[in-house]
Amino acid sequence: MAEEEEVPAILVLASSFGIDIKSQNPPKYRFLEAFSSNLPLLQFLQQQQTLPPSVRAIICNALKPVTADVIRSLPSLGLVVTASAGTDHIDLTECRRRRIQVVNIGGLFTADVADMAVALLIDVLFKISAGDRFARNWGLSKPLGFPFGSKLGGKRVGIIGLGRIGGEVAKRLEAFDCIIKYHSRNKNPSVSYTFYSNVVDLASNSDVLVLCCPLTEQTRHLINKEVMLALGKDGIIINVGRGALIDEKELVQCLVKGEIRGAGLDVFEDEPNVPKGLFPLDNVVLSPHAAALTLDGFKDSCEYVTQSLDTFFSIKPQVS
Amino acid sequence: MGSISVLLVGKVLPYLEQELDKRYNLFRGIDPSQRAAVLRDHASSIRAVVASSSGGPDAALIEALPKLEIVSSFSVGVDRIDLQKCKEKGVRVTNTPDVLTDEVADLTIGLILAVLRRICECDRYVRSGNWKKGDYKLTTKFSGKTLGILGLGRIGAAVAKRAEGFDCSICYYSRNEKPDSKYKYYPSVVELASNCDVLVVACPLTPETHHIINREVINALGPKGVLINIGRGKHVDEPELVSALLEGRLGGAGLDVFEKEPHVPEELFGLENVVLLPHVGSATVETRTAMADLVLDNLEAHFLGKPLLTPLV
Repeated sequence: MAEEEEVPAILVLASSFGIDIKSQNPPKYRFLEAFSSNLPLLQFLQQQQTLPPSVRAIICNALKPVTADVIRSLPSLGLVVTASAGTDHIDLTECRRRRIQVVNIGGLFTADVADMAVALLIDVLFKISAGDRFARNWGLSKPLGFPFGSKLGGKRVGIIGLGRIGGEVAKRLEAFDCIIKYHSRNKNPSVSYTFYSNVVDLASNSDVLVLCCPLTEQTRHLINKEVMLALGKDGIIINVGRGALIDEKELVQCLVKGEIRGAGLDVFEDEPNVPKGLFPLDNVVLSPHAAALTLDGFKDSCEYVTQSLDTFFSIKPQVS
Repeated sequence: MGSISVLLVGKVLPYLEQELDKRYNLFRGIDPSQRAAVLRDHASSIRAVVASSSGGPDAALIEALPKLEIVSSFSVGVDRIDLQKCKEKGVRVTNTPDVLTDEVADLTIGLILAVLRRICECDRYVRSGNWKKGDYKLTTKFSGKTLGILGLGRIGAAVAKRAEGFDCSICYYSRNEKPDSKYKYYPSVVELASNCDVLVVACPLTPETHHIINREVINALGPKGVLINIGRGKHVDEPELVSALLEGRLGGAGLDVFEKEPHVPEELFGLENVVLLPHVGSATVETRTAMADLVLDNLEAHFLGKPLLTPLV
């Protein structure tokens, strides 16, 4: 079997992998930073003087999809490492067909995503971002007229998807005296929160909905007009899952018309495009899919990414 | 009771002002010239003063009201009221503790998250269309950080309880160590600042705590440290804070209060590591209404000869 003499080329689709991995001496890997390029993949590789068959691994996160096209352009691709809880941005069918290993290190960011959900909820309830905008425009008069917020204690929070992230969200909000309820594919016998098998019922009995579930064919547009109307005029939606969990057009309408009170959104159906109808609203807080983008999270993840790459590349390629 | 004269000296919820108007003979003395006119004609009939965080009776005003029996404050902080003078003159003082503890604690966590995770900046980033040009940068994780609480009273304890849900370590400084507390005590503010990632000011404003956050404390908190002030603007040496932020000696700040409200130092407007709020600390509908009711109930109890609900003096 031939030894790999050349430093392996790793295609990096996620912009936040620049730390530590790069500071290897001598360099074990050559990182091709595709995230900062607008070129289509093959042109980008050409520009990097790299032949497609020499790319055997990809590092990515949820913000850039690893489509069937990308996979087919890289005939020797054997490993995809993703820093995200979800894997819906990766064509898993194509990966299975090609026997490409998919390593998901999203678990490292669970706390960060849960923190983001709580951050968005408090911001919407207390109007923190709106207040910050207001304060930067203060005139000479004391703004006791700034619209009031609403307290967290006693609020009924309906978590959709009580997995790792949903569980961490619940734990945090319990400390604020929120009442936790949830909807999941299956009831979890080890938690005492009230389970609802039906999302509309959950919405009718909640003040807040927090979306923490994966995007699948069953959960696409799970939050539709019926759910939003059941949630009601005082209701708030927090989405740290995937944009397509919500019927986005309907959401904008409900927010504009006041059918729901507000929303905190980290994800959107067509990122990075965000419906312009949301921009003038003070009852929404918008975030650029940043729930997992913390320095601490990435420092931790670098170790795992490096391990995954080292393990993968120490396996000599089979000659067929 | 419509004949009892009450003087309003601070801005309060419209609901409270309306109720005071209905129940008492209400005089408005918030701005100085208004107040002077009221004092000229009615000083000898005023039996109660309603104060707030924006205005309260100092020694001079208390002296000028010979029939003053009670000061009821629409706030928990009473730094605007000359408590010593009230004691001397036998004037009762009430405030609004407890009803706003949870809200202020909620807001504190919200402010910490907003600063560390750059929530307001991210929101601006999306609304300005910048996300189309590139993803946002990495921010700072909150879970697991060490929180330093200056003043482990009701609000401080409520903040600590919430932070524990994020697996934070809690330490504190108080005038006296609390033997029942499970949190780590530091005997000085500088030591507290040196040993925490986020410092929360949650103590009352007194002559001793004026500018308790000074240059030394700010430097001890350091270039990665974050200051959260939900107390009073005067707890912090504001010019020192501003220069520390501009020079990068302090990592960030979340401020709900300022030394000279409504003035906010303009140098802060261009900074992405600060979050500025227009003193909304207790500004939820539920809380402000409960506070107003406490003010009204304390006044009513006093004039009916019943025990006060939340007396300070």
